Amino acid sequence: MAKIIVVTSGKGGVGKTTSAAAISTGLALRGKKTVVIDFDVGLRNLDLIMGCERRVVYDLVNVIQGEAGLNQALIRDKRVENLFILPASQTRDKDALTQEGVEKILEQLKGDFDYILCDSPAGIERGAQLAMYYADEAIVVTNPEVSSVRDSDRILGLLGSKTQRAEQGLEPVKEHLLITRYNPARVTSGDMLTLDDIREILAIDLLGLIPESEAVLRASNQGVPVTHDGSSDAGQAYTDTVSRLLGEEMPLRFHEIQRKGLLSRMFGGSRR
Amino acid sequence: MKLLEFLKRERKKSASVAKERLQIIVAHQRSQRGQPDYMPLLERELLEVIRRYVHVDDDAIQISLDSEDNCSVLELNVTLPKS
Repeated sequence: MAKIIVVTSGKGGVGKTTSAAAISTGLALRGKKTVVIDFDVGLRNLDLIMGCERRVVYDLVNVIQGEAGLNQALIRDKRVENLFILPASQTRDKDALTQEGVEKILEQLKGDFDYILCDSPAGIERGAQLAMYYADEAIVVTNPEVSSVRDSDRILGLLGSKTQRAEQGLEPVKEHLLITRYNPARVTSGDMLTLDDIREILAIDLLGLIPESEAVLRASNQGVPVTHDGSSDAGQAYTDTVSRLLGEEMPLRFHEIQRKGLLSRMFGGSRR
Repeated sequence: MKLLEFLKRERKKSASVAKERLQIIVAHQRSQRGQPDYMPLLERELLEVIRRYVHVDDDAIQISLDSEDNCSVLELNVTLPKS
């Protein structure tokens, strides 16, 4: 039976889709059969980040409305075996997504996969609530910035009350903190919330820390999840994150200013 | 002398301001967790009704909803000014 994990944040633009793409890629690279579902109906973007935008034929809403089968809509990733993408629809009809429809799709997928990642839309409206409703675990993506931390706390409130696990009194959704766009230099100068500040305020387990990195934009430009860029700091940080998600102990990296070696100082070269 | 004070004065780092502000707002958010959606509006309307008779401050009213076994208790505390 697959584990359902929602990637959520409340605030937009903090790196939910980047993280969903990178983590699902990482899980598949570790041999886990993974499907990543875009819940952002009307503003689909996961397909672009995953680099399969030209292969979208059917989408989530088509499957819910019975216009296509699940297997017709699932896109097989070209780079990694065991990875599938279920794109969101571009329809503007907000009610196209139904709770029963989502439940049916997840039930179908559960038997075939190890991990189901739900890439939530921003906000706390219907789409975001549907993305989290059936989750077993949640990855709360947070930037070291006041509005993002506040919104993450709001999302934690919803995870504790508006999910199936909460409503049925089951074991609560397991919450993980993923800090993205962390800039150790600004933390050192006192102009960015520290890792410990955020952990203290939100009081949930830290799953990973992704440094602000040029590799992320480069990855999305190319439609190749940053996990594939093994030489980059962000790529390595996501790989560590996936290991922790699989229950392995990994020391934290990239949370302190990295000293440049003599060679790279002499010959320049931008931050990876 | 002023110049010396100016130089001595340590600028408060913006991150610690952010942390303090967040701790306050998050504590407030959490106190409202789990309560029904109508509570903020109910609180505001109750305050308006009370103000028709007595002038009270915004923070003079405290409202909480506790549920026991088979009933819920709405507790309302209003601090009235000395007349």
